[in-house]
Amino acid sequence: MGQKDAPVNEVQIVAFKLKREEYGMSILNVEEIKRLTDITRVPFTPDFIKGVMNLRGSVLPVIDIKKRIGLPPEEYSDATRIIVVKLEDITVGMIVDAVTEVLTISSDNITNAKQLTSTDSEAHTEQNHFITGIGNLNNRLIILLNLSEILGFCNDNK
Amino acid sequence: MDTNQYMEMFLEESQDHLQSLNDRLLDLEKDPEDSDAINEIFRSAHTLKGMSATMGYTTVAELTHDMENVLDLIRNEKLKADEDVIDVLFKCVDSLQQMVDNISNGESEDAVDVQDLITKLNDIVNGGSSAPAADSGAASTPAPAADPGISLDDVDEDVLKKAKDSGMNILYIKVTLADTCVLKTVRAYMVMSALDDLGNVIKSDPSAEDLEQEKFDFSFKLIFITDADEKKVEETLLGISEIASVDISHVEPGEKVVGATPAAAAPAAPAPAPAAALAAAPPAPVAASKPVSTKPAPAKKPASAAHHENKAAQTVRVGIEKLDALMNLVGELVINKTRLEQIGSTHRIPELVETVEQMDRVTGDLQSIVMKVRMVPVGQVFNRFPRVVRDLAKELNKEVNLTIEGEDTELDRTVIDEIGDPLVHLIRNSMDHGVEHPDERVAKGKPAVGQVGLIARHEGNSVIIMVTDDGAGIDPDIVKGKALEKGIITQEDADNMTDAEAIRIIFLPGFSTSDVITDVSGRGVGMDVVKTTIEALGGVIDVETKKDEGSVFKIKLPLTLAIIQALLVEVQTEIYAIPLASIDSTINITHDDIKTIQNKETIVIRGEIIPIVRLDQALNVPRVDDKASEEIYVVIVHIGNKKCGIMVDKLIGQQEIVIKALGKLLSGIKVISGATVLGNGQIALILDVATLMQ
Repeated sequence: MGQKDAPVNEVQIVAFKLKREEYGMSILNVEEIKRLTDITRVPFTPDFIKGVMNLRGSVLPVIDIKKRIGLPPEEYSDATRIIVVKLEDITVGMIVDAVTEVLTISSDNITNAKQLTSTDSEAHTEQNHFITGIGNLNNRLIILLNLSEILGFCNDNK
Repeated sequence: MDTNQYMEMFLEESQDHLQSLNDRLLDLEKDPEDSDAINEIFRSAHTLKGMSATMGYTTVAELTHDMENVLDLIRNEKLKADEDVIDVLFKCVDSLQQMVDNISNGESEDAVDVQDLITKLNDIVNGGSSAPAADSGAASTPAPAADPGISLDDVDEDVLKKAKDSGMNILYIKVTLADTCVLKTVRAYMVMSALDDLGNVIKSDPSAEDLEQEKFDFSFKLIFITDADEKKVEETLLGISEIASVDISHVEPGEKVVGATPAAAAPAAPAPAPAAALAAAPPAPVAASKPVSTKPAPAKKPASAAHHENKAAQTVRVGIEKLDALMNLVGELVINKTRLEQIGSTHRIPELVETVEQMDRVTGDLQSIVMKVRMVPVGQVFNRFPRVVRDLAKELNKEVNLTIEGEDTELDRTVIDEIGDPLVHLIRNSMDHGVEHPDERVAKGKPAVGQVGLIARHEGNSVIIMVTDDGAGIDPDIVKGKALEKGIITQEDADNMTDAEAIRIIFLPGFSTSDVITDVSGRGVGMDVVKTTIEALGGVIDVETKKDEGSVFKIKLPLTLAIIQALLVEVQTEIYAIPLASIDSTINITHDDIKTIQNKETIVIRGEIIPIVRLDQALNVPRVDDKASEEIYVVIVHIGNKKCGIMVDKLIGQQEIVIKALGKLLSGIKVISGATVLGNGQIALILDVATLMQ
C-alpha cells in the first residue's frame, strides 16, 4: 500500500520566474498561459491590479503579481507571460517574468511555510502569508504561492 | 431506469403545468361551471402525476392523484367547485410548486408535508359525493364512465355519406388500453397504423395530435371507414398487445353524435360498469332515461380542443446559458470581422474588403437575431400576478380585480429576471395602501371592487411598465408628516417641498406609511429597494397620484442591457465609452470658455451654467502627452434634471457596444459600470455617468 500512495503525495506545479527567483503554483489552478497583450487600466483600483484584458471576448482582470507580493517592478520583456488562474469562481490573469516548466514535486520535499515563519523575524511574516511553502527539487528552490491569500483582497472589498 | 437525462425536461414541463393549474384554477374560481377550465386542470394534474411517477417522485404523484379524485368529481358535476374546494386545490398547487422547487434544488421532495392536504382532499371526496358513490370517487381511471361519443360536423358527415353510398362500412371504434400500459402513445400509434392498412380513420377523439402527445387517459374513440368487416377490425386490434378492449359499432350517416351511450357496457370490462352506472346516478336519477340531454359536454368539446391546439406553437426550449454563449461568440465574431476590415484597408486588398463587407451584413443580421432570441414577453413575469392578487385580496379582505395589458411586450431576458420582485412589491403596495376596504370604497361612491392594473408597452427604445390602482392615492401631507417623524427630512425641507417632491419621499430608504406592520407591507424596506433594483437595470421609476382617484407607478426600462449605443471618447491614450442615453450634446470650447464659480469649473451654454469634470483628473489618467490642445471637447450629460460637462481630449465616435461585466474581482468600482471590447480587441471601460457627477 505504501508504494501505491506515492503518486497521491506528489503535486504538479507550474513554475515561473519573478526576477531571478523561481515560484510555483498548483497546476490545477492554471487555466492557460498567454503572451502579454493590451491591458486597459481600471481607475480606482489597488496599484497591483494592472487592469483588464480581452480573453476571447470576455473581460479578464490582470494583476501584477510582483507588486502584490512586494517585489520591485521590472520592464516587461519578450518572455513576460500572463498566467490565467482560476480559484473557485474568480478568474484572473497574473503577469510573470517568464514561465519555466511544469514540475512534479513530492510533498516530502516541500517545507511548510509555518515552519519558515516560526524561525523567521517578525518583519517577514507580512510577506510570508502569500507563501504556502518552499519546494526543493534537486536543490532548485521553488517558492509555492498561496493563491487564496493573493486573491484574498477581493473578499476584503466586500 | 436512468431518469437523470429527463430531469431538465421534467422540471420545465412541471413548471408549465403548475402555471397552467394556477391560471385555470383562477378561471374556475371565477366561473365554477367552466368545463374547459376543469378539463385542463384535470389534464395538467394527470400529466404531472404521470411524469412524477415515472421520475420516481412518489409524493408528488400521490398528491396529484388525490387532487385528480377531487377534480374528477367536479368534472362529472358531482361536486361543486366552491371556495373551500378551490382553496384546498390552490394549497395543493403551492405544495407541488414547493416540491418541484425542492427537486430542482437537489433537495428531497419529502421536505414538504402533504399529509394534511391529502386528508383534506379525501374528506372532500368522501363528503362531496354522498354515501353510495363513495368508492367510485377513488377510481382514478375515469374511462368507463358515461361515454360521450364523438360529435361530427358537416364535412365529416359528407365523407360518411359518400362512404356509405360506395358500400363501405362506417365503424365507431372505442379502444381501451390496459391500465398497466406505459407507452400509451406507442399503442395508439400501433392502433392507428393497423387501421390505416384496413381503411381510413376520419376522426378521432382526442385528436391525433393529442394522441401523439399522450394527452388522453386510457381510451380513445375513432370513426373508421373500411371495406373490411367488423370482425376483421376487431381481431386486428386485439392482436396489438396491451389493448384491454375494443368496442365496435356501426354508424349511420346523419347522426350528429355517434357512439354516445349513457354507460357503455363494455364487454371486456364488465366490472367497472356498475360503478359507472352508480356514478351517473347521484346528480339526477332521471338522467339515465334521457342520455342525450344530460351531456351537453360533447358538443362543446371540439371547440375547446381546437383552442388548445393554437397554444402549442412550434418552439424549442433552449437554456439561457447557451444563448449567452451564442451571444458571446457572435460578439467575438464581430470583433474579428473588424480586425479583418482593418487588415483589408491597411494592406489595400480589395477582395478582402469586399468579402468583409458581406461578412459585415451577415454578422449584423446574426447579432440582431441573437438579440431577438433573448427577448421574452413580459407575460412570463405577469402571469404569476393573478394568483398573487387573489391571495392578497383574501388576506386583506378586499375585493380587487387585476387587469393585465400588453403581456406580449418583449424585454431582454436579463431584465425579465430582475423585474419580478419589484413588481410584486408595487402590486402588494397598491393593494395594501392603495385600494381601500369595500365599505370605505362604497362610502366614497366608488365601486366596491378595486381595480389594479399591470400594463406594459413599448415607448421608443424602452419599455414602460405601469402599476395602477384606483385606490386612495398618496397624500403628500401624510407622507411629509411621517418623514418628519422618522427624521428623514427636516421641517424646513417639508415646508419647501412641492407635493410631487413630497410623494417621492416614499422612495427614500427607511420610509413606510403603514401604521401597522402587516405581512404585506409596512416594514419600510419596500419602495427604496424597488427604486434601487430598477435603477440597477438602467431604468427609472416615477409615481403619479391623485387623492381618492388612485396612483400610477411608472417604470421605464431599457429594451436590453446587453447592447447599448455609446460615444467613445479618448483621454490621453485611454478610451472610454459614455452611454448615449445619458448624453445631451457635445460641444467644442476653448480654455477661455471655462469659468470658475465657487472653485468649481463651469461653462455657460445658452444661458445655462453647467459644471464640468475633467475626465483625466477624475479618473487619475496618467499623463502621457502634456501638450495642451487648443480645442477642448465637452460631452454634456444629464441624469434627471442635473447636467454636467465631461471634458475629454477627443471624440472617437458613436458605436454600438456589447456590455460586459467587469467580474467579481473588480465589481463595485466607482464611476465604471462595465467594459466593452472594441474592434481592435482592446477593452474600453464604460463610464457610469451618475456617479461621475457626484
